[in-house]
Amino acid sequence: MTDPASEDRKDTMVESAAGQAQTPADAKRGPAVATRERRQGAANPSGETPYLVVEDLTVKFPTADGLVSAVNGLSYSVPLGRTLAIVGESGSGKSVSSMAVMGLHDPKRTKITGSIRLGGDEIVGLPENELMKVRGDAVAMVFQDPQSSLHPLYTVGNQIVEAYRVHHQVSKDVAKKRALEMLDLVGIPNPQRRFSQYPHEFSGGMRQRAMIAMGLVNDPKLVIADEPTTALDVTVQAQILDLLNNLQKEFGSAIVLITHDLGVVAEMADDVLVMYAGRCVEYGTAEDVLARPRMPYTWGLLESIPTVSAANERLRPIKGLPPSLLNLPTGCSFNPRCPYKDRVKGERCTTDLPELLPVDGAGAHTSRCHLHDKASIYEAEVAPRLG
Amino acid sequence: MIYFVARRLISALSVVLVTLIATFALFFIAPTDPAGAICGERNCTQQRYNEIKQNLHLDKPKVQQFAEYTAGIFAGRDFTTSGVTRHCGAPCLGFSFKNDRPVTEMLTSRIPVTVSLVAGYAVLVLTIGVLVGSLAAKRRGTMGDRVLMSSTLVISSVPYYIVALMISLYLTVLYPILPRGGWTPPSENIGKWAAGLVTPWLVLGIYFCTSYARYSRGSMVETLSEDFIRTARAKGLSDRKVTYKHALRAGLIPVITIFGLDVAASLAGAIFTERIFDLPGLGVLVLDSLNSYDLPVIMGTVLVASVVVVTMNFLVDIAYSLVDPRVRLS
Repeated sequence: MTDPASEDRKDTMVESAAGQAQTPADAKRGPAVATRERRQGAANPSGETPYLVVEDLTVKFPTADGLVSAVNGLSYSVPLGRTLAIVGESGSGKSVSSMAVMGLHDPKRTKITGSIRLGGDEIVGLPENELMKVRGDAVAMVFQDPQSSLHPLYTVGNQIVEAYRVHHQVSKDVAKKRALEMLDLVGIPNPQRRFSQYPHEFSGGMRQRAMIAMGLVNDPKLVIADEPTTALDVTVQAQILDLLNNLQKEFGSAIVLITHDLGVVAEMADDVLVMYAGRCVEYGTAEDVLARPRMPYTWGLLESIPTVSAANERLRPIKGLPPSLLNLPTGCSFNPRCPYKDRVKGERCTTDLPELLPVDGAGAHTSRCHLHDKASIYEAEVAPRLG
Repeated sequence: MIYFVARRLISALSVVLVTLIATFALFFIAPTDPAGAICGERNCTQQRYNEIKQNLHLDKPKVQQFAEYTAGIFAGRDFTTSGVTRHCGAPCLGFSFKNDRPVTEMLTSRIPVTVSLVAGYAVLVLTIGVLVGSLAAKRRGTMGDRVLMSSTLVISSVPYYIVALMISLYLTVLYPILPRGGWTPPSENIGKWAAGLVTPWLVLGIYFCTSYARYSRGSMVETLSEDFIRTARAKGLSDRKVTYKHALRAGLIPVITIFGLDVAASLAGAIFTERIFDLPGLGVLVLDSLNSYDLPVIMGTVLVASVVVVTMNFLVDIAYSLVDPRVRLS
């Protein structure tokens, strides 16, 4: 961040971040809880005490064609100060699962089971008036398209003030001061003037900064960033990612970053969770997943990144289409598109759903694949293609 | 802003002018015979007929007639009948063929009636319509939504004049639950004024709010699925605030256009309501003047109507720019 004003504020920010790390809820959680999580595969790869714990989360929508399972048995956890990237194609359930963390699904149209805990407090099943208190306060969301996600008829300042006053009983002037401070913090020049402008008077990058300012105005412990850079120019993307990184250092919040851009993952993430057709197919630290991936779908994702050195080569897409959530393939959901399924003996790929198991028998890096010699296939066949 | 207003004024004036020419052409150039109508069928001598024609300047070229008419609006004009000269002050719209009263005076006495009627109607139709529409949109797909929406369909599928006539007959005459319609100037007795208008207000309001309910339901359903509504919810705002602050403000914009034009249309012709509820407004005046070929009165009402429509359009544009900052007045 290039903004000098934020430097002055850093001290107080660090303080508040330290305060967050020791929430009473965190302190209360005994070792018993931790072991249970590990058994269920929810332990996060870092081994730190997580702030957000998602366990066996299932989100189903009843539709005219039947029950759609958008998310199926998803478990993950994120400690304060760490960034988890959830990667997957459209319809893989990455946004749906994080909307569940925000409690944004209409309870009448959604069936959510499993557990989502924020600092130890259960979110699933909370009534709307309790969820309201959590949304925007402990958890904030930064959405994909700031153009459509900001209200076009209210000034940017007004919207930030509103976000602050929902959770703080303060006068408009106090809230305005806070909003100006946030605008400044996210690197918006001339906050005074920008405060009273409308979203359409902002550029795309500035809008996303304003969106971030609005999300962080209540000092949330968890920020869910749903493809925060997808709608932006490439150069602006880098700035926004830097901003998120710096703000995380200052606020010490946990970040769940939803993206399909592995470049963003490499830059931002501490941990990576790869989703396919509503299920987690690979989960580990960013280094594990990006450098030692152990699942053909992850390989496909990595291979599909265009490289500069291979400028004349054709792009290498993952062949086929994501499956319909109404009619998932039997066995491994990825099997119709998997180029390696012949290496598995028998018909296991098409009959048995592989479990999410540690890739080396014990560690925190897990993947969902029947292949026996994942490591050697990757090293021998996939890695050379990645260059 | 000044540029905008000036431009809109010019375009408004040209619309009014074109309407005037068109009406003038229709009634004065078309094969009607105002002089003959005034003269009557019996006792009409050729001399009297010619005299009438001369007095009304109907023997002059059409262009001159139109010029005189238009000049009269801005400067007033003099009419000479059988040697007696009467001055008609600006804005002069001529004298009624039927009862010889100045048209301007006839119109101004009718305007408060219609404005009172339409004002109450506008308030009712907007509040009830938008409220019902938002409620239905909020409960989209539920039983409540279906009941609300099908009842609006049922109501609006019966012709309006039948509904109005039935209510007038049954609820104000046969079983006088509601006060009978009638006109008392508010300056005279405000209670009587309201009492005479309350039934037509209700009838108009309830009947026409059905279409507003459907417009605003559609608009609200669309708005409620917008990303910025999700953002508002993600901030932790209450459901009520999300719906009635964030969604309603955006959802109202398309309704404003329809509302403006609708109010303009009813100002110009609430004929059924005025007739059925015995309100001497503009609509009744139009009807009467059409029946008696009272051309100056017809011209006058058309002029008023076009001014009203143009003004409402202008107001809608202003309202737009107030509600939506993206709309620039330029």
